[in-house]
Amino acid sequence: MFSSYLLSSLVWMPIGFGFLHIIFNSYKLSESLAKIFSLAFNIPLIYLGILLYQQFDSNNPAFQLTERFAWMPFLNADYYLGVDGISMPLILLTLLLTPAALLAGFNSSKGKYSNYAGMLFLLEGMMIGVFLSLDALLFYFFWEALLIPMFLIIGIWGGPQRIYATLKFFLYTFFGSIFMLIALIYLYIKSGSYAIESFYGLPLTETSQFWIFLAFFIAFAIKIPMWPVHTWLPDAHVEAPTGGSVILAAVLLKMGGYGFLRFSLPIVPQASADLSMVVIVLSLIAITYIAFVALVQSDVKKLIAYSSIAHMGFVTLGIFSIFHIDSFDLSLLAIQGGMFQMISHGLISGAMFFAIGVLYDRLHSRNIADFGGVINAMPKFAALFVFFGFANIGLPGTSGFVGEFFVILATFAVHPLVSILAGTTLVFGASYTLWMIKRSIWGEPSSIRIENLKPMDLRESLVLIFLAIGVLALGIWPAMLTDLTSASLTELIQRLGL
Amino acid sequence: MHLLLSLIFIPLLMSILVGVFGDFISKRLSHVLTILGVLISFICSIMLLNDFLITQQTQDILLFNWSIIGEIEFQIGFLVDSLSLAMASMITFVSLMVHIYTIGYMEHDEGYKRFFSYISLFTFSMLMLIFSNNLLQLFFGWEAVGLVSYLLIGFWFKKPSAINANMKAFIVNRVGDLGFIIGIAIIVYYTGSLHLGEIFSQLTSIEGQLISILPSSSWHAVTVASICLFIGAMGKSAQMPLHVWLPDSMEGPTPISALIHAATMVTAGIFLIARMSPLIELSSIALSFILIIGSLTAFFMGLLGLVQNDIKRVIAYSTLSQLGYMTAALGVSAYSVGVYHLITHGFFKALLFLGAGSVIIALHHEQDIRQMGGLRKKLPITYITFLIGTLSLIGFPGFSGFFSKDTLLEAVHLSEQGGSHLSYYLLLMGVLITTLYSMRLLFLVFYGSYRSTHYPLAKVHETPWVVTLPLLLLAIPSIFLGGLIIDPMIMGGYFSGAIFVSPENQSLQEFIDIYHGVIEFIIHAFVASPAIYLMLLGILISWLIWYKNYSLPKQFASLIKMLETVFKNKYYFDYLYENIFSLNIIRLGKMLHKWVDAHLIDSVFVLGSARTVQQISSKTRQLHTGDLTQVALIFFVLLVIFTAFWIS
Repeated sequence: MFSSYLLSSLVWMPIGFGFLHIIFNSYKLSESLAKIFSLAFNIPLIYLGILLYQQFDSNNPAFQLTERFAWMPFLNADYYLGVDGISMPLILLTLLLTPAALLAGFNSSKGKYSNYAGMLFLLEGMMIGVFLSLDALLFYFFWEALLIPMFLIIGIWGGPQRIYATLKFFLYTFFGSIFMLIALIYLYIKSGSYAIESFYGLPLTETSQFWIFLAFFIAFAIKIPMWPVHTWLPDAHVEAPTGGSVILAAVLLKMGGYGFLRFSLPIVPQASADLSMVVIVLSLIAITYIAFVALVQSDVKKLIAYSSIAHMGFVTLGIFSIFHIDSFDLSLLAIQGGMFQMISHGLISGAMFFAIGVLYDRLHSRNIADFGGVINAMPKFAALFVFFGFANIGLPGTSGFVGEFFVILATFAVHPLVSILAGTTLVFGASYTLWMIKRSIWGEPSSIRIENLKPMDLRESLVLIFLAIGVLALGIWPAMLTDLTSASLTELIQRLGL
Repeated sequence: MHLLLSLIFIPLLMSILVGVFGDFISKRLSHVLTILGVLISFICSIMLLNDFLITQQTQDILLFNWSIIGEIEFQIGFLVDSLSLAMASMITFVSLMVHIYTIGYMEHDEGYKRFFSYISLFTFSMLMLIFSNNLLQLFFGWEAVGLVSYLLIGFWFKKPSAINANMKAFIVNRVGDLGFIIGIAIIVYYTGSLHLGEIFSQLTSIEGQLISILPSSSWHAVTVASICLFIGAMGKSAQMPLHVWLPDSMEGPTPISALIHAATMVTAGIFLIARMSPLIELSSIALSFILIIGSLTAFFMGLLGLVQNDIKRVIAYSTLSQLGYMTAALGVSAYSVGVYHLITHGFFKALLFLGAGSVIIALHHEQDIRQMGGLRKKLPITYITFLIGTLSLIGFPGFSGFFSKDTLLEAVHLSEQGGSHLSYYLLLMGVLITTLYSMRLLFLVFYGSYRSTHYPLAKVHETPWVVTLPLLLLAIPSIFLGGLIIDPMIMGGYFSGAIFVSPENQSLQEFIDIYHGVIEFIIHAFVASPAIYLMLLGILISWLIWYKNYSLPKQFASLIKMLETVFKNKYYFDYLYENIFSLNIIRLGKMLHKWVDAHLIDSVFVLGSARTVQQISSKTRQLHTGDLTQVALIFFVLLVIFTAFWIS
């Protein structure tokens, strides 16, 4: 039944579930029933994910399983979905992390779980929509619309300063999207269609390439986020509830990286090449500068948020390095590194935010100084937390290593200094992560409340163990991801004429 | 293949079993399982070594493709050759001894099972490292042993000093790893491969290439790559100035000080350079650099051993100094001698550490040597074995360490590498220093009168057999191994298939030519080298000072006093790193956060633009009401302006 409209099902089924949950809420469905429903709804979604994985041909670089209908004929806009090696892993990531975010809200949704789950399902459907849309207008629709549930999640279930954080988030993303929309309209005027493929290879002058690149760049750089347009992220994370942080860090940020791969590079290759050095420098600033800032954070969520920015620096560094690498293999290595980093960071940061949520639910604090000696009361939690800490550091054997390793190896071809500066993450990443772990996990219990922490329950352990297995699996056998993306990324590099 | 896989993966399996299911199994089963695992590992490595000695065949085995990017193959696989088998036999044996010893040492510890799980995991990681046939897996093992070292130094996680030390160890090692990873990047850039065999066959494509890191200067790629790899080795093998973590690592339980921080992990750097010998040989600048760093470490770190009062820290500085010796051997292209000393050192240093641990538990966790003394009657087995370890360490004729150290000194002596003269004298002085701190330790712990005030001598008695058995078993190779293997390993070219030395660096050949058996080697040492006399002088001086308690002449004492302040402060390295380096990095971080993130970006740009939007919208508010309309209006106006701009 789903196989002919597989992609549509992946987009609309979660959205339908989302609305169902909102209806449940107005019919005062009991909390526990809502929880059961929200988990049960994930079963068909995961099944769709498996179907997608089976039907996807990783040797074919083109868009697959496409669905196309006329949507707004007067604008020549189609309802057009398709999947390729770039979007495929991001969809799987979304499908896997949404249940984690749902489970994170079981005890912290302020008695409004049904609505919370509704928002998350809406978000899930629209995120998948972003990754699957091959029509620019449809893409833009999802891109903007998913901000509504995200704002609501932060605004309703967030911390005390949520209004400030939401405003900042809104200002930033709105500012970014506006320019993207203008660029999309301009491209439509030039090509006569909103299909993204029709934008590829348009004969654009150098000036217009420059402006279009800039418009896209602002949108994607804010989203991913890059230095210096990153300051919304720490605030948004700090105020967001655990589940919101998980989705924000794990999936939402990746829309920026996806945008670079789907829009900036293939549509305006000349401008991308011309300005790539600027992006490389900004990425290096993100990797080094942000590490210093992360080191001095006293709020553990802010620390992880800053570490996310530094890690996403590897994504942009990997993607834009390809313009400065002569060897095809090393170019592919760089862009594969960036791509891998997106998925890996999704799992690791999702797990980290979830783990912090576990502590926050018990201690109602995010201040590192309020933790200390957690291992004494919660040894299993401590083991998993230290594991994810080391994944965050990029220890070989975990997925965190692969992307950074690829990018550091490949960027030596850009310039030795690029590779050395990127490599400083080995030292700085270890410094801020281990210092945080030392202050929060090790040591004597710092207070009575730490001594009396109750151990993880089944729900919490399952989520963390499940994510840990993912992190390990990708670290031990990265081929399962790189083989998936290889054909599409190879084609992208060839399209750029590199 | 099956032997090899069991050799490497059975310790991992046991570690996982005990680590994950620790709650469901007894203490007894946890040590039985892990010891069995390491025992199988040891037997397999002996069998493989035996096969190798018969067939002389090097095997290069692919396990699986980790990831293939374009033409670059990232693989997991094994290289079974003379070097890896020699290392594996030593590692699995010492690991087995340490496993058995742990039963006694950790008997009453809460983390008993966790400890066994960790040391088995360590054994696996170390084996992955040494058997690797490529740089990716080598780096994996490299970091994995670092992780286990971190976990074990901080094993007693309630102790503030332990959790400081483990963080320091990991971060300092990571500074070295930065060098290592850049070294890998250079090699991949020029050769397009991570596979060791591929790399060595492609070395012509890296030779003669220039790299310019800073615009004004350019370096030979081989030199930069070699030095980068060596920086990695400096971290792991604790060479100056990246040595600061090793003395602090003594915060961990003693069995791991013996296994990880003396016999195995810290020698990974030496192994790496020996493994990469075909590359290193191409750069004489890198070789000189290695030589100088090694001999400086050997000399200066040995001196620090003289002023330590913690029994484990004396041995830790001794380890630093001995690692310096091995490094110096690498610097004169005598890789095989470096590895030879690595192996003999592995046995006698593990013996010394375990002996120290035996003293520590006999005295109920007392580590201060000022609280010891006269223990030889009370702890006869510990005393005898400790004495054997000490004699081996100072290079007493006939003992294991004598052969390796003397060969090493000869190699440096005969070398014409830049800096080898200075190094030779530093290393010779090192022999005197080694004897001084070793004999001081021996005299203060086992001779004289018992000095402790809070633990009565009557309560001191010999440790249980699980502790003394490993001591005895380690004492045997500490005496005989050096003399037994010098013939095949150094003179007979055992390493010829694994280690490459370019013809102009074959300085040791001269020495090999005049070698005629072990006895003549000993005689030759008396005739040809001052080392043995320096060692005897050292014994005499320490006997006078620490046994006979002769006090020094006044003028001399004040000089010693001054030096002692410098030594006690460990040449101010820690002060430099902690108070100047780390503190300012944190200061910089706070500054950037406050001034750039909070003030410049947020207040000026973001909220500044927010204010501007507000000002504009407050004007539009006169026309419209409701937020959404405002937004739509601004949106629309901007849209029109920009579209107009582009279309025109």
